[in-house]
Amino acid sequence: MSVKPATRKKIIQGIGFFLLRVCLYIVLAVLLLILYDVGKKGGGAISWQFLTQAPRRGMTEGGIFPAIMGTFLVTIVTAVLAIPLGMFSAIYLNEYARKSRLNRMIRLAIRNLSGVPSIVYGLFGVILFVNILKFGTSILSAGLTLGLMTLPWTITASEEALKTIPNSYREGSLALGATKWQAIRTNVLPYALPGMLTGTVLGLARAAGETAPIMFTGAAFSLPFLPRSLSDQFMALPYHLYIMATQHHDIAKARPLAYGTALVLIVFVLGMNMGAVLLRYRLRRKKR
Amino acid sequence: MPDLIPRIETRRLNFYYGATKALKDISLVCYANRVTAIIGPSGCGKSTFIRTLNRMSDVVPATRVEGEVLLDGQSIHGPKVDVVELRKRVGMVFQKPNPFPKSIFDNIAYGLRINGIRNRDRISEIAERSLREAALWDEVKDRLDENAFSLSGGQQQRLCIARALAVEPEVILFDEPCSAIDPIATAKIEDLIQHLKEKYTVIIVTHNMQQAARVSDFTAFLMLGELIEFGVTDKIFTAPANKLTEDYVTGRFG
Repeated sequence: MSVKPATRKKIIQGIGFFLLRVCLYIVLAVLLLILYDVGKKGGGAISWQFLTQAPRRGMTEGGIFPAIMGTFLVTIVTAVLAIPLGMFSAIYLNEYARKSRLNRMIRLAIRNLSGVPSIVYGLFGVILFVNILKFGTSILSAGLTLGLMTLPWTITASEEALKTIPNSYREGSLALGATKWQAIRTNVLPYALPGMLTGTVLGLARAAGETAPIMFTGAAFSLPFLPRSLSDQFMALPYHLYIMATQHHDIAKARPLAYGTALVLIVFVLGMNMGAVLLRYRLRRKKR
Repeated sequence: MPDLIPRIETRRLNFYYGATKALKDISLVCYANRVTAIIGPSGCGKSTFIRTLNRMSDVVPATRVEGEVLLDGQSIHGPKVDVVELRKRVGMVFQKPNPFPKSIFDNIAYGLRINGIRNRDRISEIAERSLREAALWDEVKDRLDENAFSLSGGQQQRLCIARALAVEPEVILFDEPCSAIDPIATAKIEDLIQHLKEKYTVIIVTHNMQQAARVSDFTAFLMLGELIEFGVTDKIFTAPANKLTEDYVTGRFG
């Protein structure tokens, strides 16, 4: 007996759904595996002392407090550059730019910038911020370098958020005698902002975990104290992890601390991502 | 009815989307306190035409206007014309109801606030007056703080009309205002248009010939961007001068 076409269609659909689900589970499994592995090996290293003290005895004892603070501070510098520049660029590109060849080139350039390896941004940061602008190897130079690297992401994410706002909001506003900027400010941005912020924070979270752009521009091998100004060097979680994992002479002592650092870094980044999701949720609810 | 006073006049109006000519030499007059209907088959340039009257057509990139549009005898494309001021005088209601995702009250208040009116009492007063004018007040007076999306499609469209009325325009452009709502809501809006012409100049684009016959005093028939015939609505529908008009209004094509 041959299978009826309707049943066959259902079977094909069932196989399709199954394959899609398998893909999802594979992705989830990888994430959970990483979290489990890092959690198991790094969990033991986490203690109050680990989180609040500076490294001691060639980084075999003590904690990673300067690295936590360093990553936190450099992320703020990154945000100060990337959030306004990214959002305003996106507003220009999506709301004002005409469809000219120049603007197509700008857009293409932005897309391409997101594909530039982070080490290239690092070297560029050394030349521009450290040498030419004389900011030295500092939080400022590293933050600005990370900011530049994040820009393509924040611009693209903000542009996508603006694209989701129906044109009827803009036209409705213009037809009531709003200027273009009034229409954008009062009837587009308020609704696009949650999406713009989420995309931007996701970009920042990614920047916070980067090593290459900061290793020449400001991150220090080891500093027993906290940076006092923007022109000081700093320790950062990803760079500290890199050192502990690959450059340390005493692997047996360094390994658990490296995993502990990795765990803190992952929690830091996941925390930012969760924060972005919560922020969007709250802003959306307030709008209703 | 008051005398015929020209309010909006187009003279040899041409409009281009890139290289495509969408309107060809359109010359017609829309009178104050009258309803002028623009009819014609899809793609004939009805919406394009009405959007040139408050320069909403400027919003579309790579477009170009030739010829003149006069509002009370003054060109709306003149160098001294403030397009923002023009759009306040020539309001517009769109094809799909487009309330903003705000409360009913804030939808009305929006146009006032962007035009610099901040006084809450004054805004409330204008909101009530506009909602009454749009025949919506009785249905929403107890729920002004609710989101405008909680209204039915027909109510949303009347809210959009109230929103347009609040900024005190002289002319109201309707771009197929009933194409997305049901027959009963349509009847209400048609009634409303009849009242509105006592105070305003009304221009309505419609693909519905019965609607044009019911609500308008003058009718313009457009086809492929050309004005085929313009005249008193009764005449256009009962004794059109042009064969194409006759074929269209009798339903032979369209």
